[in-house]
Amino acid sequence: MLSCAAAVLVLLGLGLALLWAPEDADQGISQKIFYVHVPVALTAYAGFGWAAWKALRLLWTGDERYDLESYTAVHIGTIFGVLTLVTGSIWAKVSWGVWWSWSERQLVLFLILFLFYSAYFMLRYSLDPGPRRQRSSAVYALFGVVLIPISFLAIRLAEDLIHPVVFTREGPQMSDSMFATFCVCLAGMLALAAALYRVELTGKRIDERIRELRELLATEPARQPVLTEVRS
Amino acid sequence: MSTGEKYLAAAYLVVFGAVLLYLVIISLKVTRLERDLAELTELARRQRAPGG
Repeated sequence: MLSCAAAVLVLLGLGLALLWAPEDADQGISQKIFYVHVPVALTAYAGFGWAAWKALRLLWTGDERYDLESYTAVHIGTIFGVLTLVTGSIWAKVSWGVWWSWSERQLVLFLILFLFYSAYFMLRYSLDPGPRRQRSSAVYALFGVVLIPISFLAIRLAEDLIHPVVFTREGPQMSDSMFATFCVCLAGMLALAAALYRVELTGKRIDERIRELRELLATEPARQPVLTEVRS
Repeated sequence: MSTGEKYLAAAYLVVFGAVLLYLVIISLKVTRLERDLAELTELARRQRAPGG
């Protein structure tokens, strides 16, 4: 159901962006990268935020199932982070003539956020599975989420910005049709991320259970005849 | 095709290409899980068989 909703919303968003939304007066057709770049970036933030929420739940309750959920959310957030950087670079090249601008605080902060969460995997796999790894990963995921509001505010605090500000205190600085298209694209990306999160989490859980089953079968062969007798 | 259109197509293709790649990875993973499960089922059958 979620996968179908994601497919419908993404395709609808694509159609609206390419066929219905008007072209920007300054940037022309390349402005339509906005409908994929911004929703992907916001979805990456949502993934990292979800990971932090699950990490908090793990630290709060001690329930180890949140560890896998937090890890999967970081995984999805990182994938969308890569897409944000790539689509952003393409947009930068066509708009500013450069692939990257180190003077832009929001770009650099997003890169830091992305690298921070990329290092999460290094931390996770440098520790043996168990409560220590779960707690360390959770604390790390929680620290990273602090960078999200900083990254968001950076563009508003920047003095010499060339990165466009579309959402201000006065509301979205675009036409109604552009805003409607953006909302559909954002809903599509969030649904897509949620569907991928669910599939990835199910795969990881099955993987974990298969590992457990393999260990059980390898270490307890003597019990099997007893089980056969009880059943018969 | 104008330069703007080329870059626009590139940006959209990157995202949809990534989704497609992810689907390929997931399908490979499902195949591996299926193989592991078949292997474990076979192992369990052998252990339950007389003299196994």
